[in-house]
Amino acid sequence: MQSSVYRAFAACALCLMVVTAGCGGGAKEEKASAPAVVSNPVDPATAGAITGVIKLDGTAPAPQPITMDSDAYCEKQPGNSTETVVVGEGSALQNVFVYVKDGLGNRVFPVPSTPVVLDQKGCRYAPHVLGIQVGQTLEIHSSDNTLHNVHAVPQQNREFNEAHQLAGIKHDHVFSTKEVMIPFKCDVHKWMNAYLGVLDHPFYAVTGGNGRFELKGLPPGTYTIEAWHEKLGTQTQMVTIGEKQTSDVSFTFKS
Amino acid sequence: MALRIYTRFVALSTAVLIFAGGLVTSTGSGLSVPDWPNTYGWFMFTFPLEKMVGGIRYEHAHRLIASTVGFLIMVLAFWLWRMESRAWVRRLGYVALAAVVTQGILGGVTVLWYLPDPISIAHASLAQLVFCLTAAIALFTSRGWRRQDQPALTAPDDSILRKLTVATTTWIYVQILLGATMRHTDAGLAIPDFPLAFGQLVPPHWDAKIAIHFAHRVGALIATMLILAGTGHVFYHHRRRGELVRPSLLLLLLLAAQITLGAFTVWSAKHYIINSLHVVTGACVLVTSLVLTLRAHRAQFAALDARSARQPSDPAPARVAPGRANAGARA
Repeated sequence: MQSSVYRAFAACALCLMVVTAGCGGGAKEEKASAPAVVSNPVDPATAGAITGVIKLDGTAPAPQPITMDSDAYCEKQPGNSTETVVVGEGSALQNVFVYVKDGLGNRVFPVPSTPVVLDQKGCRYAPHVLGIQVGQTLEIHSSDNTLHNVHAVPQQNREFNEAHQLAGIKHDHVFSTKEVMIPFKCDVHKWMNAYLGVLDHPFYAVTGGNGRFELKGLPPGTYTIEAWHEKLGTQTQMVTIGEKQTSDVSFTFKS
Repeated sequence: MALRIYTRFVALSTAVLIFAGGLVTSTGSGLSVPDWPNTYGWFMFTFPLEKMVGGIRYEHAHRLIASTVGFLIMVLAFWLWRMESRAWVRRLGYVALAAVVTQGILGGVTVLWYLPDPISIAHASLAQLVFCLTAAIALFTSRGWRRQDQPALTAPDDSILRKLTVATTTWIYVQILLGATMRHTDAGLAIPDFPLAFGQLVPPHWDAKIAIHFAHRVGALIATMLILAGTGHVFYHHRRRGELVRPSLLLLLLLAAQITLGAFTVWSAKHYIINSLHVVTGACVLVTSLVLTLRAHRAQFAALDARSARQPSDPAPARVAPGRANAGARA
């Protein structure tokens, strides 16, 4: 009786130690699989392009200051304001993800061997909005001398949450399914967020300070173009391009 | 004496742990430490304090407090096994230990699986049971519980009080489960106004989150009525029994605080301190109701004591300190 109770206590103690203490190890890392080699299905001699500009109709909300005092390192970083709605000259809307939503048929496009980089710099994600192809490697860097966690919250792809303990650390990820958009967040620093568009083709762009975008190398055809903004929602337009033709399309979001 | 003080300390520590857990959820910091049981690759207890920034300070502090409470409960179970003469109280210590170990594993699993709602809700719900267990052990080892001349042992049986208190405690736990579901499904502000719902008594439109939120409000109303009925019964029929009147008064006080905190949680758009106080006050309402329930059943426990008295073949009494061997008989 006595020895069995001792054994029970020892088992509980061991269990408790395992629960609370652990015994080494670290953040897991997903291996990037090699991109599939596919020939380009677009004839460069006939390829066209879609260009345009995204604008905001109405008064842009003023950027809100971000209080970063929960981390002394972050508090010293410049530019502590929200990136939710960023408007440039002429009401040009920044950080809009523009892509071909439909019209490419069943073409299969080669996966770029160059990785897309998402950096954590100044306790912000840079860039704030980005795109990638299915099978392409996303390199997540940290340039900050503080702790970050990179927490992707997809609906179609696999969720992950990685620890970034040091500046210079890097993790690679590959997404298996197209998904627009995947939110990224840092649970350590609430203000840090980014959005990643994952597509099975290379026809996407993110607007910069001038609100302009360009989708190059498109085969002739009729396409559904979607513009996505994290706060203002989405808009779509149908566009037809002929051989070597460039079509211009513009979107206007209401504030 | 030392055991009595220790059991109370453990129960208090469990309440502190629930508050710390509430802070983790209220600040959305549950995944700020992606690994478990390590913290950013460090052995938990060697994680540098200066690296406890942002959400990490809540999550890592919660883990440290949880580890401490786990250790305290392990010592409590061992202490009860060595010193407690009542077998059923010793068993309660083992159950508390098993519960806190399970609680730790649930906490780890919910982090590694990115806070799935069922596991997070189970983690929150089991926390309340651990608090109930430690508080019950503190009650069962208290001097007042073990007095032979207490009125509870000679007073006429009040089955209405027993039924009322059991119903109240059970319902409060259900209400806490609803609250945990509301918290972990992010439905805390699904109805943005209080006391009305979208300006009406009943929400004019429904979805899953609104339903959960509204169920929590209706649950609060039912809990309030049950508490008022139970405490009213005590004040009317047992006004001379201090061991029932005191927890009844405390229960009313905590109920008022809890409703106020619930209102301010909505009005403040879930301010993390108010929200966490709402969580821990809810736990205190549950435990106070449990104490009232157990005291209402004191006479039934006397029979339990008699049944579970140690047999001569049981070797443990030989190790009981002088002066404590007859403690069970006194109860």
